[in-house]
Amino acid sequence: MATLQGMSAMEKTPTKMEPDEVSKPSNGRPQPKLLVSALNFFYGKRQALLDVTIQIPENRITGLIGPSGCGKSTFLRTLNRMYEIVPHARAEGRIELDGQNLMELDAMEVRRRVGMVFQKSNPFPKSIFDNVAFGLRVNRIVRRGELHEAVERSLRRAALWDEVKDSLHDSAYKLSGGQQQRLCIARALAVDPEVLLLDEPCSALDPIATAKIEELLFGLKKLCTVVLVTHNMQQAARVADVTGFFLLGRLIEFNTTEVIFKTPASRQTEDYITGRFG
Amino acid sequence: MATPSIAVARPAPSRFPRPGGARAFVERLRSGDEIAHLITLIFASTILFLTAWLVYELWVHSALPRQTFGLGFLTASTWDPVFEHFGALPFIYGTVVTSALGLLIAVPIGVGAAIFLAELAPHGISEALTFSIELLAAVPSVIIGLLGIFVLVPILRKVVEPFLKATLGFLPFFQGPAFGIGFLAAGLILAIMVVPFIISISRGILLAVPTEQREAALALGATKWESTWKVVVPYARTGIMGSVFLALARALGETMAVTMVIGNDPKISASLFAPGYTIAAAIANEFTEATGDLHLQALIELGLVLFFLTILINAFGRILILVTTRKGTSRE
Repeated sequence: MATLQGMSAMEKTPTKMEPDEVSKPSNGRPQPKLLVSALNFFYGKRQALLDVTIQIPENRITGLIGPSGCGKSTFLRTLNRMYEIVPHARAEGRIELDGQNLMELDAMEVRRRVGMVFQKSNPFPKSIFDNVAFGLRVNRIVRRGELHEAVERSLRRAALWDEVKDSLHDSAYKLSGGQQQRLCIARALAVDPEVLLLDEPCSALDPIATAKIEELLFGLKKLCTVVLVTHNMQQAARVADVTGFFLLGRLIEFNTTEVIFKTPASRQTEDYITGRFG
Repeated sequence: MATPSIAVARPAPSRFPRPGGARAFVERLRSGDEIAHLITLIFASTILFLTAWLVYELWVHSALPRQTFGLGFLTASTWDPVFEHFGALPFIYGTVVTSALGLLIAVPIGVGAAIFLAELAPHGISEALTFSIELLAAVPSVIIGLLGIFVLVPILRKVVEPFLKATLGFLPFFQGPAFGIGFLAAGLILAIMVVPFIISISRGILLAVPTEQREAALALGATKWESTWKVVVPYARTGIMGSVFLALARALGETMAVTMVIGNDPKISASLFAPGYTIAAAIANEFTEATGDLHLQALIELGLVLFFLTILINAFGRILILVTTRKGTSRE
């Protein structure tokens, strides 16, 4: 059965590491930043994720692809425990962030360490400056005098500084769609997250704005671990180092992007990638 | 005339009703832009027309005191039907003070309750509480007035006012004999009457704030309360202010309950314990007993004053919203 093949192919990738090993960099290969094992997820009685096990490598871009409703966004929301705001949502299994059990950490701390950018850009109805400074202020990360500097650094990282440096105190709603999404990235980067989750960040953007964000993501992986959910396969092929394919709540296959797109082990992955999916 | 664009968009079946008859009219109404436009325009202009008519009638029937007292009507503070000296100031003062006091009490309670119901309470509790709050809004004001006389006023006289005098008596607001009836009682009654409006409308506005806004705040490590207070409430601010102005309009015009607890004495006193009078209460109390033309017309002019007072305060409120909103989006 194709599903089982996929699962076993995935399980052959680096054997599960103990927390102590994870925190110690060794043998030069990327360390798993997030370690998810046997994750099952339920919305009430409906199961949205089945037995997902995956290791997200540090300082790499991990792409997650799959058709709509396959559970990739749900999966993303387990990684920063954002699913908890949905009533009756429940996750079973184990998620480790740097070897620490995610479920035992404080949810606010998890979300500060694991930032998120949403499908629809959602700036606050405040100035550009206040948007970026929001996370710094609620987490009391920087002192007042350093706030401006921190905001500038985040806007530069999100490749937005040059476009907004003269209008920092204008409403964020005056920006274009692509700029608003980059503002949301800057806002997420301001608190120096270790992981950045992006949930189809370009689905509402034109190709030029999309290209800018993709370029930005390449630079970001030096700063943090990036997990990108996209239903645009070309995007995953362009930017992701490793790619996972989700189907009906299961992680069918997870491997380097090259393998996934050139020699996928699973028939289902191949069908989806070649557009023969049905 | 059916517009071509509509004709394209509509499926064929009932596109050509027989001319004439109610059914044909309804059919044209359903598909016709112009006719719907016309009818809704008529409805909308009716409101405008009624308002203009109201002002006209009030203006025409208050000619006598306007000629006699001029603008002095607004600044004089005697109201003496026997010697026919009429000044509106005590009534304006009473109206403004009781409404302001009512809002001062009602706004924090109302907005706080709305935040609890919309953001923090479990869904079932929120629905049940909202239902009972809307019931409170439907209680007739004369009933609230009775409650004021028999429950609120004795409590004020025996407990609250002596306490305020003992603790805050150095302030001019809390001096003089504790009657129970007076500005404080009227303010409290008004607060009780407008608080359901503020809660109900503000809750609806808070619930309409997009989930994405809450998610954005939570995803940055904000707590539930930080997300509510720093993102959801500012997002809803304009709408919440709207609910406050609706409450204010109700407070300014409230008649029956206020009449029952304010003491109906046209005096200006700094103390909230003292009895006073409001414009609406004066009109209701004196209209049937007014004998002279000047007295009657002075009451009508009071109505005119109340109308303009309401407009003035609302306009001020709108400007306040505009200014604070513009500031809010560009403040550091």
